[in-house]
Amino acid sequence: MTLVKVYVTYKKSILDPQGEAVKKAVHGMGFNDVQDIRMGKYFEITVDGDSPTVKEDIEKICDDLLANPNMETYRYEFVQSEEV
Amino acid sequence: MKFAVVVFPGSNCDKDLYFAIKDGINEEVELVNFQETSLSGFDAVLIPGGFSYGDYLRSGAIAGHAPIIPAIKQMAAEGKPVLGICNGFQILTEIGLLPGALIKNNHNRFICETVSLQVINNQTQFTSEYSANQVIDIPVAHGEGNYYCDEQTLNELKQNDQIAFKYQSDINGSVDQIAGITNKEKNVLGMMPHPERALETLVGSDDGLKMFQSILKNHMDRVNQ
Repeated sequence: MTLVKVYVTYKKSILDPQGEAVKKAVHGMGFNDVQDIRMGKYFEITVDGDSPTVKEDIEKICDDLLANPNMETYRYEFVQSEEV
Repeated sequence: MKFAVVVFPGSNCDKDLYFAIKDGINEEVELVNFQETSLSGFDAVLIPGGFSYGDYLRSGAIAGHAPIIPAIKQMAAEGKPVLGICNGFQILTEIGLLPGALIKNNHNRFICETVSLQVINNQTQFTSEYSANQVIDIPVAHGEGNYYCDEQTLNELKQNDQIAFKYQSDINGSVDQIAGITNKEKNVLGMMPHPERALETLVGSDDGLKMFQSILKNHMDRVNQ
C-alpha cells in the first residue's frame, strides 16, 4: 500500500479570514513575530500503489473534488510502503 | 408548470421552496431526492439552501457529485430554468454551471438579515417581472457568500449581462457586490439571497414572489408560442 499526502491551500490572491482570525489569536498569545497564517486542508489517502494509474487517479481526485481550481491549489507526495 | 426541488442530506430550505411554488404561484411541485437520476417530466429545477453534507470539504463540493447532478446538468443544457439559492448557488459553481466560487465572508461572521438588492438584469426568465434597476428587499443567511472570480471572469460577466443582482452595500466582500449571476444563456441563476423567504409582507417582504412569477410567465409564454 502507498500513502499519499495531499495538501490543499488557497491561492495567494484569496483572502483567508480563518487564517486571519488564528493570526490575531497568535498575536494575542504574544507571538508578535508571526507575520501571516494561512489555513489549508490535509488529506491522507491510502491506495494500492501497484496500480499503474495511481498518479493520474490522485490528480483526478484532487481536480474534481478535493480542490476547487477557482480558489485553491494542491500538491501531493507519495510515502513509500515501508514508511506507512 | 411542474417544478422539482432537489433535496440533499442537509438541505433546509427545500420546504420553503416547495411552498413558494405550491402556495406562492399555485403550480405543481415535487421534492426530488438527491439519489434520483432523472428529472424527466419537470419544467424547472430548484436547488435549495442549507448545508448539504454539513458543508464538509467545501460548501457544495460533495453535493456536486451526487447521483442527481447529471440530470440537473441535462436540464441546464436543454435550456430549462435551473435556480440555485444559497447552498444551491454554491453547488452550481462547484459543478461548473456557473463561474467563480463562494468563499467565507470577509468579516468571518454568519449574516442573517434582510438586505437590499438591485436588479441589474431584468431581461432574464427569472427577473422579467421586476423593473430595470428595481431595489428589492430579500433575506440573506450565509457564512460563505463572498462571491469570488478572477478579473477576466468578472469582465465576461459584465459583457454578457450575467450579473442578475447586486447588494446595495458590501455585506460580505463579494467581488463587485455580486449577489446573483446567470450563465451566458440566462437559464441558470445562482443567488445567495433567499427569495423564497420573501413571499408575504407578513414576514417582512414579498419582493421574492416576482421571481417565481417571472419563471412561470416566461414558461407559459414559451408554451403558448
